[in-house]
Parts: sequence; structure tokens; C-alpha cells
Amino acid sequence: MREMSKIIRNVTNLVYGFIIIFGFYIIVHGHLTPGGGFQGGAVVASAFAAMLISYGQLNTKKFLNINIFSLLESCGLTMFIGVAFLGLGTTFFYNFLANSGSWFGNIVIPGINAGDMNTAGVLPLMNIAVGLEVFSGLGIIVLLMADGAEYTKKKEKAENDR
Amino acid sequence: MNLFNHTPILILAVPLLTAFLIPIIGKINKKTTGILATLALGLSLIMTIVLAAKVLSVGPQVYVFGEKSSLLTLPSGLKFPIRIMFQIDAMGIFMGLITALVSFLGAVYSLAFLDNKDKIDSYYSLLLLLTVSMFGMEFTGDLFNFFVFLEIASMASVSLICYRGADLGEPVEAGFKYMVVSSISALMVLFAVGIFYGEYDVLNIAAIASVVKYSQLDKIALGILVSVLAMKAGAVPMHMWTPDAYSEAPAPITMILVAASQASLYAIFRIVFSMYNITLNTLAVGWIIIILGLLSMFIGVTMAIIQKDIKRLMAYHAISQTGYMLLGVGVGLAVLANPEALKDYGITAMEGGIFHIMNHAMYKGLLFLTAGALFFRTGTRDLNKMGGLAHYMKYTTIFFIIGAAAIAGLPPFNGFASKLLIYESVYKFNPLLSIIAMVVSILTLASFVKVFHSAFLGPKLPQFKEVKEVPRSMVFAMAVLSCIIIFFGLFPDLIVKNLVHPAVMSLIEQLQYTGTVLGGM
Repeated sequence: MREMSKIIRNVTNLVYGFIIIFGFYIIVHGHLTPGGGFQGGAVVASAFAAMLISYGQLNTKKFLNINIFSLLESCGLTMFIGVAFLGLGTTFFYNFLANSGSWFGNIVIPGINAGDMNTAGVLPLMNIAVGLEVFSGLGIIVLLMADGAEYTKKKEKAENDR
Repeated sequence: MNLFNHTPILILAVPLLTAFLIPIIGKINKKTTGILATLALGLSLIMTIVLAAKVLSVGPQVYVFGEKSSLLTLPSGLKFPIRIMFQIDAMGIFMGLITALVSFLGAVYSLAFLDNKDKIDSYYSLLLLLTVSMFGMEFTGDLFNFFVFLEIASMASVSLICYRGADLGEPVEAGFKYMVVSSISALMVLFAVGIFYGEYDVLNIAAIASVVKYSQLDKIALGILVSVLAMKAGAVPMHMWTPDAYSEAPAPITMILVAASQASLYAIFRIVFSMYNITLNTLAVGWIIIILGLLSMFIGVTMAIIQKDIKRLMAYHAISQTGYMLLGVGVGLAVLANPEALKDYGITAMEGGIFHIMNHAMYKGLLFLTAGALFFRTGTRDLNKMGGLAHYMKYTTIFFIIGAAAIAGLPPFNGFASKLLIYESVYKFNPLLSIIAMVVSILTLASFVKVFHSAFLGPKLPQFKEVKEVPRSMVFAMAVLSCIIIFFGLFPDLIVKNLVHPAVMSLIEQLQYTGTVLGGM
């Protein structure tokens, strides 16, 4: 995959940060607005895909590291199951933070309201864990697919030369 | 906090947590990941045995996620359950015991089998995920949750089938085939779940069972579920993925895949018996399952005889043995609406079929492990290239003889016990079926005599001068399975009375299953 024209690279530079911030916005507001961990994570990963397309595979590897992604992925998964384990005092997956007054523990006002971020107990935590897992997992998939495309191209070229 | 109350979920949660921790630990030290996975699976084996003792002495157990109490199935005075729950009766825990044992031994065997590979952390991570999903399929009381676990099982097994590497080609082809098959079956299961949800507005199996009417839509859903789950179990008209997947996967994974296809088989039985029970036309559906079984038995074994690849041959035998289970349980289903025939021979036929599930997991696992041991030392699966290996691998030879005798149904081993139950009871239903089953058994013996002769007997071959016995952890896994086979063969009465009979009764008595969730409805 070669790098594309200067216009595309500059536009990517401009929107890259905004896409990532929008993705994280969807992740942390998962319990209030449409979307959630998976959707937000996919949005964040689309920023990586844009970078890969505009800058080419070799340049992207300087910024995005598969090893770090795979570490983040495992951290997200462990966080998800860890939060589920914390509820084990009552039952597995028990929402022990809801309405407790501490983190994410405000009581939800029934009816139309402004939308309090500080509600819903463990749901935001789980959304964050899923978001972490999804954006790093999709990031790995995108990078590996670029690697695979490069590998096939090299192989085809070698066969044509023969 | 009393952890003892949480055993149903801890059986899954401990391997799941380990599966997610292993990639992190693998960054530091790859060698410890195998030991960690083995420990997690050992812990879950112990917890499964504890839970089995509880289920068999006290009765079916439920575990509701995220509720104030794990036993509260109907919160806030509702008439139907809204939360995801595990519902473990004698049949579920029977399958759970198989899964726990097989996956633990698979992990132990892998310790030596995969010593020098660099992707070992992802291998163990996926192995744990596969185990968790099998437990989930067997324990869950929720139809949509079953679909989720089915998908996890498919994804984990596809990656494990391809584990030997993308450069070899054949494992990837087998993995791709399995991916297509399992994606189709998972989507069709989702479609059937959608039908139930649209019709009855519930997803809980017990809640559906209490309202199911066997309308036209229910018939469609039943047809879809039985056919795609039979496809995942490897019954004959849909068996094309089995030989490829079983022969290309690493040997311990093949053993676990056998148990995974049995989890799909369990799902067929659960849906037919616990969900529909006598609302459906038992004779017609019973005969469909019997015919699936007959085809699997006969075509599986005739295809097996001509194979030259040792693992492919065993894979076709796995199809053939699946037929016995379908035959036994199918006869039980065909006479379900007829209490006299059910008491006379139906329950015995089902006991034979269900007992055969466990026996098959044990001896087929052992046989695949011996095939893996041969591959480990000789580097080939081709029977024509092997020979005289009994001179070098004494333990493996003995284990192979035990496994082969058990699958052929020779008297002191466990295959005989379950096959005899099937022969006797099926003969009363229809003598022809029993005769076909016996012929298949003889053909099985013939093909394993061939394998034994061409792999183990004969003079010492010069190219195998370096071959020696396999490492200790592999011998340990095979020895445990052999001991279980001999124990089951010597005391079948003990197992049938304490494990298999409660499992069969929990399938037949629908009210026992629905009652644990919905109260005494």
C-alpha cells in the first residue's frame, strides 16, 4: 500500500483527532445516548483505517504498534470480566455501583431530564472496557489485513518474475 | 460472600479470566501460559465435580446473572423470566463433566505437544475460550445466550483448526470450511431464535417450553434448529467439514472439538425434549433423528475403511459413532408419547445413547491423542509410511489397543456397555436398526485392525530408528483416559444408575426442567 496524495494526507491530519474524540464520546456516553462501547470503538478504529489508507502501510507502522494494541485489547477484556467479578458479593455481573452515591452512582431522575453522566453504575465501566477492546482489536485486524495484502502482492510479483 | 453458591458461574468465569490474562502474561513469559491454563481448567474440573454432586443429590440448580439473589428467577412478581440465567440439570452437568475432563486433559497433553511453538499464548487463550463456550452451551437456560456461546465456540475452533500455520495451506482450507459451516448454522440458529421471540416474546427455554404450541412457525423453527445443529454435530448429510477439521487440527484440539460437536448434539436433545416434548409429533421427528443416525453410522464407517490418513480415518469414525447416539435417543423420542413402550425399552435406548456420548468422548479422545503421539514422533499421518512402531512406543501401543477395543465394542471396555444397551432396546423397537448397528460395529473393528496392523506391527523400519516414547505429560493424559475407559467398562452399572439415568429422566420429564424456573406451573 503506497501513500496517497498530499490533499488526502492533510485532510487525514485534520480529522484524525476529531474522529478519535468522537469515538471516545460515543463510548463514555454509551449509557445515555445511542451507541456504546462497540460502536464507539469501531469509530475510533476507523481513524486508524483512514491513517493506513492515506499514509500507506510502512509509514503507519511508525505510529501504530500491533503489540501495544494487543496489550490494550487484553486489558479491556480483563477489565470487563474483572468488573463482573467485583459483583460476586451478590451475583456475577451484579450492578454494585448503581444508586450507591459513589462513582456513577447518582439516582436516575424518571422522565425527561438533561442526562446525568454520573449514573448507571457499572455500565459505563463496561462500555469503556468494551470500547478499549474493540478499537484495539479492529486496529489489529486493519493492520494485519494490510500486512496480508502486502504479502500477497510480493508473492504474485515473485511468481510473475519467474 | 459464599463462593460455594457461585460454582455454576465460577466454572466459566475462572477459565474466562485466565483466557484474557494469558496474552498479558505471555508478553513476559510464554512458558508459564500453558501451566496457567492447565491450572485454570483443573480448578474448573474440580468445581464441576462439586456442582455435579450438588445437582445429583439436591436437584437442578439455577444461577441468575446480576440479580440480588442468584436464585431469584422471577423478579418483581413477573410471570416470565427476564434475566439471563444458567439452568443446570442432570443432563447439563453430565455434558459439563465431559467438557471439563476433556479440556483439562487436552491442556495437559498440549504442554509437551506444543513445546517449541512461538504463538503458544494465543493457543491456550483460544483453548480456554473454546472450553468456556462449551460450558456455556451446556449450562445456559436462555436461547439467545446459547447462540452467543455457539458463535464463540465457532470462532475459537476456527482459529485453533488453523493453528498449525497459514503456510501449510491445508489447515487453512479446513478452517475456512468450518468457518462457512458454522457461520451458516449460527445465522440459522439466530433466525430460529427470532421466530420464537416474535411468536412468544420470551427467550428463556423453560418459558418457551411452557407456552409452545407446535404451530406452523414452530415446525419451521424446529426443522432449522435440528438440521443446523446436526450439521454442527457432524451427522451425515452435513458431515463434509468433519474429516477436514478433525484431521488438520492439533491432536488435543481434535479431542476437544469432538466434545464441542457433542455440545451441539446436546442442544438438539435439549430443544426436542425440554422445549417441545410431547407437543410435537414424536414418531415422525423420532424417525427423522433415527434416519440421521443410521446414515451417519453406515456412511461414516464405510468412508472410514478406505482412508489412508490415520486422523481422517478416526474422524470418519467419529461421524459413525455420532450415529449411535442419534439412534438411541431417536428411539427414545419416537416412543415418548407412548408410556408403556417408553418404560419397556425407550428409557433404556436413551440411556444407551446418552451413555455413548460420554464413552465416545473418552475413547475417541484417546484415539486422537495416540494419533497425535504418532504424528509427534514420526511426523506423518500416512498409514502407508508407518510400521513397526510398537517396538519403539510401548505405552502408546497399549493405549491404542484399549481405545480401539472400546470403539469396536469389545466386552471389557466402555464401548461395549453403551452399545449393548442400544442393541437390546432398539431390537424391541425395530430389529433391523439393531442389526445395522451391529454390522457397523463389526466394520469399525475391521478398520481399526487395519490401523493397528499398518502402524504398530511389522519389522523395525530404518527411518524410525530415532523414534522413542512420547513425553510424560502426553502419556499422563492418555493414561487417565485409558483408566476411565476400563473403569466404565468394568462398572457400567454404577455410571448408568448414578449419572446417566438422572440425565435421561431430566430430559424426559419436561415439568422438572420448566418447574425450576417458573415454579410449580
